[in-house]
Amino acid sequence: MPTSLRYVFRRLVQALPMAFAIVLLNFLLLKLTPGDLADVIAGESGSATPEFMENLRRLYGLDIPVHLQFLNYIQGILHFDLGYSFRQGMPVGELILERLPATILLSLTAILFALLIGVLLGVVAARSRGSLLDEAISVVSTMGFATPLFWVGLMLIVLFSIELRWLPSAGMVTVGADYRGRWDEWLDIGRHLVLPAVTLSLFFLSIYVRITRSAMLEVYGLDFVRTARAKGLTEARVVIRHVLRNALLPIVTVTGLQLGAIFGGTVVVETVFGWPGLGRLAQEAVFSRDVNLLLGIFLCSSFIVIVVNLAVDLLYAALDPRVEVRQ
Amino acid sequence: MLKNPSRSPLPAVSRRRFSQGAFIALAALGLPGGVASAAAVPAAGQPVRGGTLVAVIQPEPTALASAVNNNYANASVSANVYDGLLRYDEEMLPQPALAESWEVSDGGRSILFRLRKGVKWHDGADFTAADVRFSALELWKKLHARGRVTFAALLDVETPDPHTAIFRLSAPAPVILSALNAAESQVMPKHLYENTDILKNPRNNAPVGTGPFIFKEWRKGQHIVLERNPGYWDEGKPHLDRLVFRIIPDAASRAVALETGEIHYAPFTAVPLADVARLRDDPALAVSTSGYAFQSHVFLLDFNLSNPHLADLRVRRAIAHAIDRQGLIDTVWYGFGKPAVSPVPSQLTRFHNPDVPRHDYDPGRAEALLDEAGLLRGANGIRFTVTHDYLPFGETYRDAGEYIRNNLKKVGIDFVLRGQDYPSWTRRVYTDYAYDIDSNTVAVMMDPEMGLPRLLLSTNHVRGVPTSNNTGYDNPEADRVIKALQVEPDAGKRKALFGELQAIAMTDLPILPLSEMRHVTIHSRKLRGLAQAPDAALASLADAWLSA
Repeated sequence: MPTSLRYVFRRLVQALPMAFAIVLLNFLLLKLTPGDLADVIAGESGSATPEFMENLRRLYGLDIPVHLQFLNYIQGILHFDLGYSFRQGMPVGELILERLPATILLSLTAILFALLIGVLLGVVAARSRGSLLDEAISVVSTMGFATPLFWVGLMLIVLFSIELRWLPSAGMVTVGADYRGRWDEWLDIGRHLVLPAVTLSLFFLSIYVRITRSAMLEVYGLDFVRTARAKGLTEARVVIRHVLRNALLPIVTVTGLQLGAIFGGTVVVETVFGWPGLGRLAQEAVFSRDVNLLLGIFLCSSFIVIVVNLAVDLLYAALDPRVEVRQ
Repeated sequence: MLKNPSRSPLPAVSRRRFSQGAFIALAALGLPGGVASAAAVPAAGQPVRGGTLVAVIQPEPTALASAVNNNYANASVSANVYDGLLRYDEEMLPQPALAESWEVSDGGRSILFRLRKGVKWHDGADFTAADVRFSALELWKKLHARGRVTFAALLDVETPDPHTAIFRLSAPAPVILSALNAAESQVMPKHLYENTDILKNPRNNAPVGTGPFIFKEWRKGQHIVLERNPGYWDEGKPHLDRLVFRIIPDAASRAVALETGEIHYAPFTAVPLADVARLRDDPALAVSTSGYAFQSHVFLLDFNLSNPHLADLRVRRAIAHAIDRQGLIDTVWYGFGKPAVSPVPSQLTRFHNPDVPRHDYDPGRAEALLDEAGLLRGANGIRFTVTHDYLPFGETYRDAGEYIRNNLKKVGIDFVLRGQDYPSWTRRVYTDYAYDIDSNTVAVMMDPEMGLPRLLLSTNHVRGVPTSNNTGYDNPEADRVIKALQVEPDAGKRKALFGELQAIAMTDLPILPLSEMRHVTIHSRKLRGLAQAPDAALASLADAWLSA
């Protein structure tokens, strides 16, 4: 087996106890919080009897000791069964698979957009250090970082949905649209995606601008840049091939970390824009004490974070020849 | 033998009359002008066939079967797919639906339903009395949260032929005839549910009913699509080709969607009341408060009677006198509501008793009562401190708590607000009893037997049961009246018993009703034919149509 493959395999195996710890910790946290799914459903129903409560707890598997509940859950996972969400009336696996693509689409679009624009603005700011343009980019990126996402989202809706009527205010598709083909459908999803993706990206964009700027400035001062210039390379070639490439490492690190954190941001953006993703589902699961669903989502998100971090490590090696993939 | 009144099959004739009546009644109540603005939408015009109605429903339903989970969102959507045995008219009287007629006999211990013939399930199977029997015994009586109490007296359902169902009861249970609409007691297909794990039956998410609309698609987190049932038994209906219920979780975004015309129909106060005033001025939109009497929500405070201060009736009366109900409604609910004088709202005219002990706003009287109770003001002006666990459904109830806090501060009561999420609140209030005063909204229901006794019956003070008697109230007289009204077949005597119960409740004050709540429906003026029945917000949209 090649070294890099063995490395990947080893990292994935190492991730198993981490995933177990995540599930155990969250299970305990959820069990420590007061109230359970039976309380929620009985409370909403407007009427309940002791027999009704007993029946619900038996059906939901809440009538057995907590450690047995956990063992049952783990046993299910070993059989690739994430359990059943009695709140949503669906197997957890199906629910997650139904919602995951929407979150991935939103997150990736937002990150890519933030990366492209953020790095570009960061390069411009670093190149024009101390100028009015640099100041302006700094101020705007700080504002983007400091402004609450829900407010940005609502303002974009007011401008583009209410005033200009260019883009839809909520949802992922036009309900009942008569698509003439796949392209039509993607175009429709794209129109719905613009506002939530831009909103979500604003927060990350600001971070990229600042990191790119400072990394670029740091690299600018190094000897090899002076050497490159002394060789007579064009400024564009110096910036792109030498400075930016070396400044990319911290950007890649931050991107990896943010892909994990982006689930937090999606909760807000998915709520404001009615985007049918996993973040919103997780929020609903917390407030209804839907333990199976929440643990399933945590497992899924931790798996994604582990894989992304692994990809970032591999990318390091590709970007920087000094970094090697070893056992 | 009591027979159902011979009425026309559907109450369409009196809709306009009701609208006018409602307008006058609402004006008389001093409600905001916009409340009655729906009446300004001309009801005239021939229904137009076709079109897609886009509604918004919040929260997203958890199942499309009220027996599985009867929260209003589930019922509101699924009532378009399922039928009930009955419907209700503007006077809250039963009308034929899947049952064409009914007879009550044997001193109220037997109800015979003659079922409509030729009705098909959406999958083509025949609807028969066996479906009614299965639904009543296996779903409503065993599974449905409220049905377990409503149908407690139901012993069996006899089906002498495919179109007759006879309910046999252990004792008269008049409440049953007020609980048979398509939201509360849905008739579900035996052939798809029998011998299955009902809670996990996939049909809970993809229902097959006999109703005006056929389930087409549910994309979780996005929308639910229903399509016209061309073979619906109520000929000519529904008028719409398609119903779409969109899921938009953010209240401000729902308001925007109404403004941009993306949605036509938003029931159950789907937007913040602060936005209602703005939307009311939109010439394309209409605002209405009708269609919610079936549930008749009351906002109230529960007193934990094990708290030594609150165990003193003088203190509870003092709190009642210290709260300015009209001010509370005007400030927190923007005028949508009416000060409550009894736990049964005044719109339930068949049961409401206005002649109960009154506790009108009178801070002076409140102070005198507190002095009398020996709770004198301390050096800091405070007599005593109580914690308030407000209902954690959005900010409204926290704001109501703030308003009450200011009222009580004036009479020397330190009212400390405590926030938490809903499961924690439920556990605290109904299991741990670790609260002093909570706020709650109670669906009293069109027949208050469904919603009120559970709060007052001493035997219903059961730890760990949400929506039970959490105050610890125990009055043998109240228990006697409740037991009597549950089996009283005579409407007049039953009304008197309800009157008595309200008087007892307002004398003892284990709960303090503050506001008869008004839900708001906002809809496009293009949308016509919205039902005016007491359960309209939970009923099907079979009569609705979109004008050009």
